Amino acid sequence: MNKAYVIKKLFQALVTVFLVLVLNYILFRVMPGDPLAMLMRNPKASPEAVAKTRALFGLDKPWYVQFGLYIKQLFRGDLGFSFLHRKPVSEVIASRLLPTILLAGLAEIIAITVGTLIGIVSAWKRGKKIDTISLSFSLITYSMPTFWLGILLVSFFSVSLRIFPTTGMMTPGAAFRDLFALVADVGMHLVLPVLTLALVLIGEYALVMRNSLLDVLTEDYVTTAKAKGFTEKYVIRKHAVPNALLPMVTIIAINLGLVIGGTIQVETIFSWPGLGRLMYDALINRDYPLLQGIFLLVSLAVIGANFCADILYGYLDPRVRG
Amino acid sequence: MDRKASAKVRRKKTRDFFTSLRKNKMGMAGCVMLALFVFMAFFGPLLLPYNPMVFGNAEDVFAPPSPGHPLGKDDMGRDVLGALIAGSRISLAVGILATLLSMVVGTCIGIVAGYYGGRVDMLLMRFTDVFLVLPWLPLMLVLAAILGSSVWNIIMVIGLTSWAGTARVVRAQTLSIKEKQFVERARAIGAGSVHIMIRHILPNAFPLVFANTILVSAVAILSETTLSFLGMGDPLHPSWGMMLHFAFESGAASIGAFWFLFPPGLCVVAVVLAFTFLGYAFDEILNPKLKRR
Repeated sequence: MNKAYVIKKLFQALVTVFLVLVLNYILFRVMPGDPLAMLMRNPKASPEAVAKTRALFGLDKPWYVQFGLYIKQLFRGDLGFSFLHRKPVSEVIASRLLPTILLAGLAEIIAITVGTLIGIVSAWKRGKKIDTISLSFSLITYSMPTFWLGILLVSFFSVSLRIFPTTGMMTPGAAFRDLFALVADVGMHLVLPVLTLALVLIGEYALVMRNSLLDVLTEDYVTTAKAKGFTEKYVIRKHAVPNALLPMVTIIAINLGLVIGGTIQVETIFSWPGLGRLMYDALINRDYPLLQGIFLLVSLAVIGANFCADILYGYLDPRVRG
Repeated sequence: MDRKASAKVRRKKTRDFFTSLRKNKMGMAGCVMLALFVFMAFFGPLLLPYNPMVFGNAEDVFAPPSPGHPLGKDDMGRDVLGALIAGSRISLAVGILATLLSMVVGTCIGIVAGYYGGRVDMLLMRFTDVFLVLPWLPLMLVLAAILGSSVWNIIMVIGLTSWAGTARVVRAQTLSIKEKQFVERARAIGAGSVHIMIRHILPNAFPLVFANTILVSAVAILSETTLSFLGMGDPLHPSWGMMLHFAFESGAASIGAFWFLFPPGLCVVAVVLAFTFLGYAFDEILNPKLKRR
């Protein structure tokens, strides 16, 4: 693979990371809750105390020194201290990472598989009833706020039918006989959050796959293959689908930002103890260091995913390397 | 002379566009749905016989639908239909203003980047990429938390985070327009850059900007709903998202007060769907490549 291409993409990603750091720094410098502003609210704070606090947080230094200090802190893995949890931000985030990965990962796997299949079927049966149904499904789930879809599912499955639990990751206070009972309990709690997130993503993936496949089907090599006498099913499976899958790679990576947005909503609705719920709690309680830490982490994750997609795409499709 | 001719062509194209739109089923459905909601926002309050913001007594809390109050009452004993109509004004206004802001920012950045090219282009596009890449909801939430909850801040937050796609599209269009002969001619007779950008490039890039407006409107309304639901809305100007926030926080789902939970969400879905339909119709009309399939 072309080295220059990788270096160019890496450089672009690093520039984006730098801009995100600057943005993050600027955003949280103008925030209303910096340590000084909180102290200033106390009318009895003496000038000495204010000056001391300024020095303590490095606020008496010029902005570029402060920015340097901020970067240095980040490289040491120091994201600050959470007001709300009274623990280092990095520790709080680390403890919430796994539930989110479990939830979002499962939803992604289901959505990619089902969405791609629906997309293929609807492109193949273009204009038929099944295409119309899947298209309407995609449009409606796209137009629906994710949290509202979650509320609908809860109203139906938990409140009316009482099949699945409404909140949390496991039944509170339950003593599990063995590992199997624990997994089963978490599994029951997982169904509705995963379903909500997956439904939203399925529509999106199905639409992208459908359009991509329709584009490919107008290519000359598909016509050639048909002219050679291959059956339509064979041409779609062996010639069209592999090429149509290419844009899916990019979409899945770009979608990570969307998945994170969906996770925030779903975790809020279901009180799922992950990063999304953590962010909601940080927002409601105006816990800025925690908010900044989560925002930085998800931004880096999304930039990383985009970089990987670029590289993978260049590897899969030789045309873009040039 | 040259510009007059191109203006004439544009007028004819506009006419053709509306003829095609009238024939497009999805487009017309979107138009009708939007018209209904605009009517609701403008005239709804006049048709209501009571003040929707009046709090009820204890027995009014979560009162189910009745003849006088077809959608029942909310967690504070207020009429849900009244709140829904009041909310339509906020939701639509915020969505439209945020979209306008986003269009202005996106179009300016796109045209300037495309027209000047070189280092300006590179800088602006890197900047655009940052906004394109950053996770959309966390970015808006962080901005909203820092700026504080007011209707204007929400408009700013949505407008300033959703322009990147427009900027890209407009830049690409500008790149092709600026190579056209009439731009070269204008430059030859001494037209300045700003003049060319406003009088020659902008009118020709406009159809694309317009099609983009529709798509961004859908996103803006969804964003407003989500932000308000997550507690970043303006409590003094309750939108549909804010209603859903109160419905969720008051446990309307577990009480089974579906009349409070479903209507605001349905309205959001209908409006976003209307914009999406229109967007699809525009795409089909303006993008001839789709017709081939």
